[in-house]
Amino acid sequence: MISILKKEIHEFLDSLIAYVVIGIFLVGIGLLMWVFPETNVLDYGYSSMETVFSLAPYVFMFLVPAITMKSFAEEKRNGTIELLYTLPFKEMDIIKGKFFAGFLLVLFSILPTLVYYFSLFYLGNPVGNIDTAGIVGSYIGLILLGGIFTAIGIMSSALTGNQIVSFILAAFLCFFFYAGFESLASINIWSETSAIIKEVGILVHYEVLSKGLIDFSDVVYLLSVTGLFLYLTKLILNLQKG
Amino acid sequence: MNEYCVSEIQLYGAKKSTILKSKEGLRYSMSVVVDSLTKIYGTQKALDQVSFEAPKGAITGFLGPNGAGKSTTMKIATGYVSASSGTILVNGIDVSSEALKVKRITGYLPEHNPLYLDMYVKQYLGFVASAYQVGGVKNRIGEMIERCGLEREQSKKIRALSKGYRQRVGLAQALIHDPDVLILDEPTSGLDPNQLVEIRDVIKSASQEKTVILSTHIMQEVEALCDKVVIIDKGRIVADDKVQNLKKDQKKAESYVVEFEQEIDVRLFSESGLQIEASGSNRYTVGGEGDPRKTIMKIAGENDLPLVNISKNEQSLENVFQDLTKEK
Repeated sequence: MISILKKEIHEFLDSLIAYVVIGIFLVGIGLLMWVFPETNVLDYGYSSMETVFSLAPYVFMFLVPAITMKSFAEEKRNGTIELLYTLPFKEMDIIKGKFFAGFLLVLFSILPTLVYYFSLFYLGNPVGNIDTAGIVGSYIGLILLGGIFTAIGIMSSALTGNQIVSFILAAFLCFFFYAGFESLASINIWSETSAIIKEVGILVHYEVLSKGLIDFSDVVYLLSVTGLFLYLTKLILNLQKG
Repeated sequence: MNEYCVSEIQLYGAKKSTILKSKEGLRYSMSVVVDSLTKIYGTQKALDQVSFEAPKGAITGFLGPNGAGKSTTMKIATGYVSASSGTILVNGIDVSSEALKVKRITGYLPEHNPLYLDMYVKQYLGFVASAYQVGGVKNRIGEMIERCGLEREQSKKIRALSKGYRQRVGLAQALIHDPDVLILDEPTSGLDPNQLVEIRDVIKSASQEKTVILSTHIMQEVEALCDKVVIIDKGRIVADDKVQNLKKDQKKAESYVVEFEQEIDVRLFSESGLQIEASGSNRYTVGGEGDPRKTIMKIAGENDLPLVNISKNEQSLENVFQDLTKEK
């Protein structure tokens, strides 16, 4: 797994993908957090990172599929997938290597936003007047969300040999699993079941974590959805092997 | 005639394998044994009861027209594709149940030689070496670079290499963990004549003490490189023998083209047991048991015939191949 991980990270660094993704994420989130009048925290007047945590998932919806779209699609198109399969790797090691490479990139784009926390900490009146628990919970939620999005992206990439198809599919699935179930549940036909449908989606669990309530069941939910998509990736690749 | 030839060859092959099994059990375990392998894609039978074996220390040529099933067999042997039925044993290990073990002792150069074009040569070899968990990676990479003649290209990106050099990188990749079994799918396709010779040399020098299977549709390659040849056509094995034996079998049909200055009476030759046939413009095709040249000279001398030229009708593996794989 480590050799695949290294190879993938080298690819990210060599191809500028890493710099572009991290750069765009930080510029975008930075503008939203400090500059744009509707969303900036300075005009808002409360020391909260709400802006980051409510908008970051939507930024990730585009960035994460962009990171993962080539992972299997390009290997298939170039035929290098045959190399990977005939080297002594376990199938799950290949998937995990690619997943963790993407996930690390997501982590490294989240990491610099910690600076915002410290800025707000000192901007607070009195200093330190900030909901630390809520922010820790939100960070855990955002990181786990990044994991799910990466897993969805890897699976979409395994489905097709075309990077653009992979990107669009992943972006759609990310949106659907994040907010789609919430919207579905709001249709007026479900009555009691609507609560259950909501629970299937990511948003409910993410919001609970954002409030600083680190519930074991929410963490398990987010982790198992990631695992599920990685397992689906394995099934898809197996089917394609013939 | 052809069918007779084939059945005799197969008989010979069968005899040899039973000897191998009983007397040289050890050698048997150090080889690739394909047993009634069948692969069905949808409704199409790509491989139909394919059985052969590739002994250790020899290069086995796997020959067949395009689409005959060469690549499919190799993909199954390397664990990339699974078989519909039948088994492949690599050094006595079953590919279908212990693919990982087989992959560790096998070096594979896939058809079209897929490579990570954005990697540097050394970086790529390092990646492959780490996959095989090769010890002393740096030395090993240096060794492979030297052996495959990549010194001048070693710090370039693979994208910047010519086809011949990319092929060498592919070979270096297949050889880096010093595998027991080497499977090369059309290693020389698309190379210029100089590159061809160089790549062949690399393969030849690497083949000692290894089991090498090499697929190709170029006959000269088999004659130049291989000790044994397996010919496959439409998913079936049509011949399986040593290269010399295949040529020898064809020798029975060996004939000579004899040219005279003027037309001659063919009866002079047929009376002395030779088969003679006019093939136009004072040329005759003469065949017979053994070497008929002496007899031809003798008759020509005795009858004062103006003999201009005797040349052998060259029977190469090419003919064997064409005979065995032509549409019936």
